[in-house]
Amino acid sequence: MGAWYWWTIFGMALVTYIPRVFPLTFLEGKKLPPVISGVLSNIPFAVLGALIFPAILYVQQGNLLFGVIGAVVAFTLAIISTNVMVVVLGTIGVLAVYSLLF
Amino acid sequence: MNNNSFVKGLRAGISIAIGYFPVALTFGLLAKTTGLSIVEATAMSIFVFAGASQYMSLTLIANGVDPILIVLNTFVLNIRHFLMTAALNEKMHSEKRWVKGIYAFGITDESFSVLATQKEDKVRTSFAFGVALIGYSSWVLFTAIGHIIGANLPAFLQAAMSIALYAMFVGLLVPSMRGNRKVVLLALFAASINGFFYWTGLLSTGWAILVATLASSIVVEIIYARRSLGLPEGA
Repeated sequence: MGAWYWWTIFGMALVTYIPRVFPLTFLEGKKLPPVISGVLSNIPFAVLGALIFPAILYVQQGNLLFGVIGAVVAFTLAIISTNVMVVVLGTIGVLAVYSLLF
Repeated sequence: MNNNSFVKGLRAGISIAIGYFPVALTFGLLAKTTGLSIVEATAMSIFVFAGASQYMSLTLIANGVDPILIVLNTFVLNIRHFLMTAALNEKMHSEKRWVKGIYAFGITDESFSVLATQKEDKVRTSFAFGVALIGYSSWVLFTAIGHIIGANLPAFLQAAMSIALYAMFVGLLVPSMRGNRKVVLLALFAASINGFFYWTGLLSTGWAILVATLASSIVVEIIYARRSLGLPEGA
């Protein structure tokens, strides 16, 4: 990684801090319009959808099956268990066995 | 500063610190597989301190996305904190701006939940410092430890680890989808838009995620706003 990485960290730090500090220090007692706050509260779920698909299918270059297995296992585990670590470790476990065998 | 409520804050934050342990450890591991050095990975946890953003940045870095787009996506992902800290205003003791400015750095989804659900009418500043500090320490420490562990993993395991990030996103998303149609709609709609941009090659990864996220959040909100007004769908 080069200098750009440190600029990226700097930029990320700034845009992470601003939403944390600004309302707390300057917006005392003001309320946002409901539509705006609705859109804001939607963002975490929408971004997860976009982050997962379709990238999950392509985690191993040239091996679509690897990604498909990973996706199926992850979703299955997430339906069975609400514990994030179970989902993460379980999916890694299945794919580790797959990588060893094939 | 009130020592007693600072210690109470530390205690209330223990569950957060424990919760961060695997997430920070995994972040360190993934940062290692993405090619970040231990200093680079730990520095991100020190200066940014935002799980979802840091995970996302790894995906984007791995895909060679432009730094400006990484920062822009981080901003979009963190817009929700505007909501949280705005809500927290009502709950916190009045305090000098610069003091609030310090503990504001420690406001995450998790510390917000702890602070916002305190039974007292007004939460003490020193309590907030305690909650923020213990979570932050855990986050930074276990990022570094995760990176060290990652460097010593066999190759087949490192290959399998490449799914961890996505498995975590799935593990966060699916339980919220249960019994909540709006969340299902938000995720599916954003995923479809992102898939469209991916396969048509119309937008690069960073822009595609940004546009998909905003479009889905806005459109779904409009659909639901109309519904709650009693207008027919598609009207």
